[in-house]
Amino acid sequence: MVIAIGLEGSANKVGVGIIRDGEVLANCRQTYISPPGEGFLPRETAQHHREKIIGLVREALTVSGISPDKIDVVCYTKGPGMGAPLIMVALVARIIAQIWNKPIIGVNHCIGHIEMGRLITKCNDPTVLYVSGGNTQIIAYSQNRYRIFGETIDIAIGNCLDRFARVLKLSNDPSPGYNIEKMAEKGKKFLHLPYTVKGMDVSFSGILSNIEKQAPHLISSKQYTPEDLCYSLQETIFAMLVEITERAMSHCGSQEVLIVGGVGCNVRLQEMMNIMCEERGAKLYATDERFCIDNGAMIAQAGIEMFQSGTTTPWDLVTCTQRYRTDEVEVTWRS
Amino acid sequence: MLLKQGAEAKIYKSEYLGCPCIVKERFVKKYRHPELDSHLTKERIKAECRAIVRCKAAGIRTPTLYGVDLAKRCIYMEYIENAKTLKECISNAVNNTEHADGNKDFIGPILERIGVFIGRMHSSNIIHGDLTTSNILLVGDLRSEDLQIIFIDFGLSSADESAEDKGVDLYVLERAIISAHTLKENVFNVILKAYAKEYKKGSSEVLRKLDEVRSRGRKRLMVG
Repeated sequence: MVIAIGLEGSANKVGVGIIRDGEVLANCRQTYISPPGEGFLPRETAQHHREKIIGLVREALTVSGISPDKIDVVCYTKGPGMGAPLIMVALVARIIAQIWNKPIIGVNHCIGHIEMGRLITKCNDPTVLYVSGGNTQIIAYSQNRYRIFGETIDIAIGNCLDRFARVLKLSNDPSPGYNIEKMAEKGKKFLHLPYTVKGMDVSFSGILSNIEKQAPHLISSKQYTPEDLCYSLQETIFAMLVEITERAMSHCGSQEVLIVGGVGCNVRLQEMMNIMCEERGAKLYATDERFCIDNGAMIAQAGIEMFQSGTTTPWDLVTCTQRYRTDEVEVTWRS
Repeated sequence: MLLKQGAEAKIYKSEYLGCPCIVKERFVKKYRHPELDSHLTKERIKAECRAIVRCKAAGIRTPTLYGVDLAKRCIYMEYIENAKTLKECISNAVNNTEHADGNKDFIGPILERIGVFIGRMHSSNIIHGDLTTSNILLVGDLRSEDLQIIFIDFGLSSADESAEDKGVDLYVLERAIISAHTLKENVFNVILKAYAKEYKKGSSEVLRKLDEVRSRGRKRLMVG
């Protein structure tokens, strides 16, 4: 039996989770919410995390009823993410691991998402669509690596949605993407936007520039409502994601899709992906906001897998990095 | 008769004026907004037809175009007998470890010829848009000079002079080769070398762009 505590804080969420052999005992989280029209900046985000993290560690221990001496390993996000928040959380992980005298493991954030998705949905060997504010990747496992088959060649899909939310001055509470999703449900009129698929890669920056430029005029002239624009943007960029996912599936001969990452809890994206899957006789696996959005439990889960396959991070390598690709990690826990 | 259902289209085998032909139907994708779907489908059918004609003019082998029916979302084209995809050929060669040494010899010359064709394509400003190893067909004896190399699936193609799109074209192929086949990375250099030789003056700019596109990959470890 392995009990792991995981600390996550690579973006504007800070979370602490405790997992015992695949059972989530605690998964506490706080989100730094910036004012409408603004994104979150590294310094303020790190300050937010610093204020919350000790409370979250306490809360996780209380909720789970696990005392520190029962914990086998401390896991933290090594990267990728924003520098200052990553360092903040890594520091706390180092300290508690030393106080409690436990081994420590640095986890790749993307791998955390994948392993959490696999744990919750029980899917076996899926094609993974990882979509969040900082990442957009199509991933499949092959020969001890999570290989990236397609990805964005510029900004992430969540970043594209968040930045359009800023144009419309939508609230960042609970998240800009959620508010776009709610607006899009009321949209009716479809606006043609650029559609950029290059092989299995996608690009969003041109689409964003296009809609950012048109939006003020289209709205003030009453040709389109903000709801219509949210709707058109979602329909277009989600169709691109489903298309490249389907292409990756046919390339790898896969019959399972797992959606992870913050954008993965968008119900319309899940719905579109499900239609595609049904047409191919494939199966869609998705989770809800508790596990899609960044959280501590996912770091604990990936950490448990690494720990059980004999990996721990030596103290001189307990660092973090803003750039840490999914395919850099050797997957020692799968055959 | 349904031959294959790809991500975007159903491929049927049929007859056209007595010749065996392929019917490629870009069926309705229900997940897409209907306006977006019909717009994309029309664009892609048109792009595919244009590219096939332009390739023919440039001396690149593609299936011959027989006809188009936009209302039925279909393209009718030549059926190519006994074709294998480059993907299958590489996998066979790699998996067949018994004759590992002998097998690797013939891939080099094939890739070299593919590089020449892509060079030719780009010097005629044809961007394929989805250059993967599944979209290159081989017909004939793999070790023979008479081996035919046929490019298919031009649905994402465009006509463009810019080095950017050509660079992305090469990048897509590089990724397809490296990610799906556990080959040494230098096999891609064989293609690039032949490409540069064929597409003389324009190639240096494209290869510079290719380096730029590679370094754009997100979260890549930076040197310096």
